[in-house]
Amino acid sequence: MSNEKEPLFSAKNLKLLSEPLGQSNPITIQVLGICSALAVTVKLKPSIVLAISVLAVMAVSNVAISLLRKMVPPRIRIIVQLVIIATMVILVDQVLKAYAYDVSKQLSVFVGLIITNCIIMGRLEAFALGNKPWPSFLDGLGNAAGYGWILIAVAFFRELLGSGTLLDMQVIPQAFYDAGYVNNGMMILPPMALVVVGIIIWIQRARNKSLVED
Amino acid sequence: MRSFSNRYIFVFSLIMVTIVAVLLSFVSVQLKPRQDMNVQIEKKQDVLRSVGKAEQVAEAEDKNSYINEEFGLFITESYVIDFSGDLVEIDAFKVMLGLGAEIRRPQEERNYPVFVYSENGGPKKYVVPVRGKGLWGPIWGYVALEADLNTIAGAVFDHKAETPGLGSDINTGWFQEPFTGKTIFNEAGEFVSVEVMKGGADPSSMHQVDAISGGTITSKALEEMLKDCLTGYVAHFKAISQ
Repeated sequence: MSNEKEPLFSAKNLKLLSEPLGQSNPITIQVLGICSALAVTVKLKPSIVLAISVLAVMAVSNVAISLLRKMVPPRIRIIVQLVIIATMVILVDQVLKAYAYDVSKQLSVFVGLIITNCIIMGRLEAFALGNKPWPSFLDGLGNAAGYGWILIAVAFFRELLGSGTLLDMQVIPQAFYDAGYVNNGMMILPPMALVVVGIIIWIQRARNKSLVED
Repeated sequence: MRSFSNRYIFVFSLIMVTIVAVLLSFVSVQLKPRQDMNVQIEKKQDVLRSVGKAEQVAEAEDKNSYINEEFGLFITESYVIDFSGDLVEIDAFKVMLGLGAEIRRPQEERNYPVFVYSENGGPKKYVVPVRGKGLWGPIWGYVALEADLNTIAGAVFDHKAETPGLGSDINTGWFQEPFTGKTIFNEAGEFVSVEVMKGGADPSSMHQVDAISGGTITSKALEEMLKDCLTGYVAHFKAISQ
């Protein structure tokens, strides 16, 4: 490792931020965090809040683990990671309950389930334990954003087609319903989240052949 | 990789959990009043919604003071009764907040809170909270009765974790609206509650509403909840409507 100081936004660092958005997206490429993608994407609003919550948890715990990386005994590192993630999640949950009560009710158990979100543990273990705080922070942001945008994209289509609304505002005009258009009730059910994620994966791999496994 | 002694591992863990514990308790204590307030405001809002008030909550600048104001204005009286209809000297609001614990006791030992609504001295409506077990978690609601203590003036329901798009629809207007105008006593004056009918309610029946397709267990649970909770009020209702 060189002693020269790396610029904060060097090409290497920026890659940490941009790669998880596409080429190594946690949901579509690594297929992690699917459970919450199924559960909260019926409506756009909870998806956005969950995406932001994951972003906060992930960035902070990545930095925390990175700062502690030389102190954490390898034998108990998983426990340490869990404690840090759990602490962050409880904090987020408490803050939501106090300042965004309605949304926290909708998300109910899924805020708590951020703890088990495989993406977070995965990044702590694979990246933060071996890297400095700043790259870890970017890596956390990047992966959380990669997770978040898929979540929001899926929710966009599910809410639009399933309920005819976006952020609870009616967007499909009444005239459509009068002409016989019906909301697709299937979109509300969890399996359709998988199908939408599947379509996103399909589009992504069709455009980038290097992602296709043999 | 550096190896760490057992002693180090113990000390490290100890320090870590202490820091975490202090941090979490501090935050919890700091945010508690706000969280409790949110819960109370929600209950007040639900009571008001069951009598068709607090409609403009989305436009209100300060939701909390709006709800508190409306609640103070329209809910003129609240009291608690026991199974035989006698008054109990406890705060009705407190009983409602603890309704989850209340419904685990046998019907005869429960306390039953009542909220009385009246607008500008007009006819009274009686709002009673109900709570029960849904498919995945608790379900609850507020039933408002007209002054005859028989006709339902409005009902709102909500749930913790019913299946989205199916059982969860108990908190939507299309499910709740048909309750309005139904009666809980039959012509002979016997308590019959309201049935949630799978396959559609008989339109001529005064005691039936449509169930949710695909949400049968939640629908039946809701019917059970109404019966279970309203039974406790029968003695009281009969006493004051005579």
